Amino acid sequence: MSARDTLLASIRRSLGVSGDEAPRRRVVADRLATHPVGVVPARGQVAPFERVALFIKMMEFASGTVDLVSEADEVPSAVADFLRRHNLPMQVRRGEDRRLAELPWQREATLEVTTGVSDGAQLASVSHAFGAVAETGTMVLTSGADNPTTLNFLPDNHVVVVDAKDISGDYETVWARLRNKYGVGIMPRTVNLITGPSRSADIEQTLILGAHGPRRLHVIVVGEP
Amino acid sequence: MSHVATSPRFKDNARAALADADLQASLKFVEVNFIARRREAADRLPEFEALRDAARDIKDHTLAHLDLYLEAYEARVTASGGQVHYAATAEDARQIVLQICRRLGARTVTKGKSMIGEELAINDFLEANDIRPIETDLGEYIIQLRGEIPSHIIAPAVHLTKAQIEADFRRVHTHLPADRNLVEPTTLLAEARGVLREKFLAADVGITGANFLVAETGTSIIVTNEGNGDLTQTLPKAHIVLASIEKMVPTLEDVSTLLRVLARSATGQEMSVYTTLSTGPRRADDPDGPGEYHVVILDNGRSAMLGGSFQEMLRCIRCGACMNHCPVYHAVGGHAYGWVYPGPMGAVLTPSLIGVDKAGHLPNASTFCGRCEEVCPVRIPLPRMMRSWREREFERHLSPATVRSGLAFWALFARRPRLYGWATGIAARMLALFGRAKGRFGWLPLASGWTRYRDFPSPQGATFQQQWRTRRKRSSDR
Amino acid sequence: MPPHGNKRVGLFVTCLVDLIRPSVGFAAAKLLEDAGCTVEVPRQSCCGQPAFNSGDRATTRAIAEQVIDAFAIYDYVVAPSGSCAGMLRTHYPELFRDDPNWMPRVDAFCAKTFELLSFLVDVLGVSRVDARFEGTVTYHDSCSGLRELGVRIQPRRLLGTVQGLTIKEMQDAETCCGFGGTFCVKYPDVSNAIVAKKAANVISSEADTLLAGDLGCLMNMAGKLQRDGKAVEVRHVAEVLAGMTDEPAIGMPESGGAEAKP
Repeated sequence: MSARDTLLASIRRSLGVSGDEAPRRRVVADRLATHPVGVVPARGQVAPFERVALFIKMMEFASGTVDLVSEADEVPSAVADFLRRHNLPMQVRRGEDRRLAELPWQREATLEVTTGVSDGAQLASVSHAFGAVAETGTMVLTSGADNPTTLNFLPDNHVVVVDAKDISGDYETVWARLRNKYGVGIMPRTVNLITGPSRSADIEQTLILGAHGPRRLHVIVVGEP
Repeated sequence: MSHVATSPRFKDNARAALADADLQASLKFVEVNFIARRREAADRLPEFEALRDAARDIKDHTLAHLDLYLEAYEARVTASGGQVHYAATAEDARQIVLQICRRLGARTVTKGKSMIGEELAINDFLEANDIRPIETDLGEYIIQLRGEIPSHIIAPAVHLTKAQIEADFRRVHTHLPADRNLVEPTTLLAEARGVLREKFLAADVGITGANFLVAETGTSIIVTNEGNGDLTQTLPKAHIVLASIEKMVPTLEDVSTLLRVLARSATGQEMSVYTTLSTGPRRADDPDGPGEYHVVILDNGRSAMLGGSFQEMLRCIRCGACMNHCPVYHAVGGHAYGWVYPGPMGAVLTPSLIGVDKAGHLPNASTFCGRCEEVCPVRIPLPRMMRSWREREFERHLSPATVRSGLAFWALFARRPRLYGWATGIAARMLALFGRAKGRFGWLPLASGWTRYRDFPSPQGATFQQQWRTRRKRSSDR
Repeated sequence: MPPHGNKRVGLFVTCLVDLIRPSVGFAAAKLLEDAGCTVEVPRQSCCGQPAFNSGDRATTRAIAEQVIDAFAIYDYVVAPSGSCAGMLRTHYPELFRDDPNWMPRVDAFCAKTFELLSFLVDVLGVSRVDARFEGTVTYHDSCSGLRELGVRIQPRRLLGTVQGLTIKEMQDAETCCGFGGTFCVKYPDVSNAIVAKKAANVISSEADTLLAGDLGCLMNMAGKLQRDGKAVEVRHVAEVLAGMTDEPAIGMPESGGAEAKP
């Protein structure tokens, strides 16, 4: 018997089942297919503008910072402002995300924008989020050439752009959107749910930002919900 | 080769812990901070209690169908290009990890925090096979420098003071200037970040644990605040996930419920900073990510817990709330428990994994105050299960002979109220004879466990039942 | 006085009260009688908790059968102890779960069993007591009473009606005192560490008197406070509520003894 068979047999023996029982199989198949929703906090179930306000409040509570711009075209200056505010070099790395590629970066003449993964040498990166969850102030980012995962973790400063209409009230909305985009039961290599900058409280419970991931997380919300 | 459990020496461990000034100072932080923060987080969310009930139900449902969810999970992992391995024992798991590392010619391995990794003593094993494991969670890194095991399941170095950590950094990071300033915790963190950044980038293989495995999508989830787990799993050639069978959760919606109670119960955060869902290796169009993705599914005694008195223990989502609220843990810290899992959850789980003959002290060293069960996000009846272990010890005659005979002697009387009344009447009179003048005893024969630290109050002279009957007789005689 | 018919209460006095401090039993009886109940005390030994928590289920079950039979004739069973009442009310059913012969009797027994303060306030609707006690008190919430039976507000509500009495809440009133039945003698070092914290909190509250609803906890805390030479007096809350505080406090000598208060 393979290790797999041994384990399944052991589990079945303890549960007193054979594994072939149709009712059990049906129950499991149903749950996987219909993925019923559980208890969803009322907190995020608010009107769109309130959702954005809630998202900002929760992101700031988690020590992130938030900027609002009415048009996508304003993003490059918002990014440049962020770098200037923190005396950072005018350099950012981004992925191939079309929503970032199409922005008028040239309006910020001093800002050098490179494309690709991070190798640890970059101080600032820009990603475009798949979405965000107002309930807890969480960004949702998906892996791929559009927004390489290393950009989320290696640079000291992470700027994340999100469309206001992609800020949902709850996680359930995000799962539905992911299923829609990637297919049922299919996920990208990584989905990062990011709630603020990196932190540690391992030294006498003192909270310090910038453990291994970014020291700063800056969110730019674009447009209206 | 697993951590040799010192659980049989719990009493000695406890005594040493009580005398350890650094540890006692650190434990004060645990008691004050964790309890308050969880309370605040729970108060901020009106649905918290309903979520706890839902979380419990999801876990129970999954455990009752675990075989089927495992099959579904494996199919999805394989479909996404990953590989599932099954390990019945710790040794099986170690061998699987070693084979993957050897095949890839791995020389260094970065590690995210994994309690299963501790259970396997995987670090010692890799070192013995010329592969260097480097802990990347700051707390784990610190204790790795000290050659210690974690003292808490989510805050592994919680037993250490800042001064102790500084001393270790100075001792080990000899490549840095000796006169550097390490007064502030921020400087220590910055130093760890710098040292570990190089290791992240150089590692051949990254090993993480998994807070949850999602059957619907073949996904493993890790939850960190530092981002170390993400760097561990993204940069190297291969990502190995160590997960025990009960980490399984059916769907993304189900895992949302569990995530909603996890961070709040653990640290009082709304969500941990990084909750990462990983599925398979990098795709064709991924510019980064591991080329291989392996999940090692470990049994190590858990399948035997299904269908029995300890099944509910498999609901545990490793939040640490129970130990954060435990007066025994606050007094002696995690190392006293002597193995991987401390506190109330350790007291219930450890005997299942290493035997109640070795771990018997753990479920006995509890006052059954019930705070653990009160705060457990999945409502595990921890005191009841600790009592179940005591029952097993009693049945197997594992409790000390003096305790058994003392209990038998007492039971002789307690089962016979008339005899009991007679004996206690005498005892009350005898003790009162000696004790009434001062009101208490500083010492009593056979009661040194009590009188070592406390006085014992003197009985009032006759038992209540005797006095009651006398008074009633008197009033009915009138 | 609440307008109740004459309720027959079987007083479950508890083994510690019976042996060490009968005055608690008399205080409980008085409170129940004042509230309009008839109190009787059938011959009894123990609720079985020492055996239960030591894993001796057979002995526990034998004792439980005895208790249920002895108290069968009463309308209510009331115990001046959260831990004993918790044992009777919440744990007895576990002992009889596979026994359909006993379950109806057990269910009936549990449904009518209460901790003293909870019975007075929640069942009888008692809202005040006629007692006087000059001084400040602090109240320790015994674990079983609090977490198994929800006893927290009731004692405080009644204490609030005692003339001359002020309540000063201590830090961590709801934290365990370290008694835990046999725990305190099996793990004395750990128990001592826990009761030391409790004693420090009692002292910091600056109350003259420590009260609680469980004699085990009270003996543990009194024993520690007195070993440390502290003057705080320790009593069962029933004694104060019944206005029966002539008896020396726990661990104190009779008046006229070496350490009597002036």
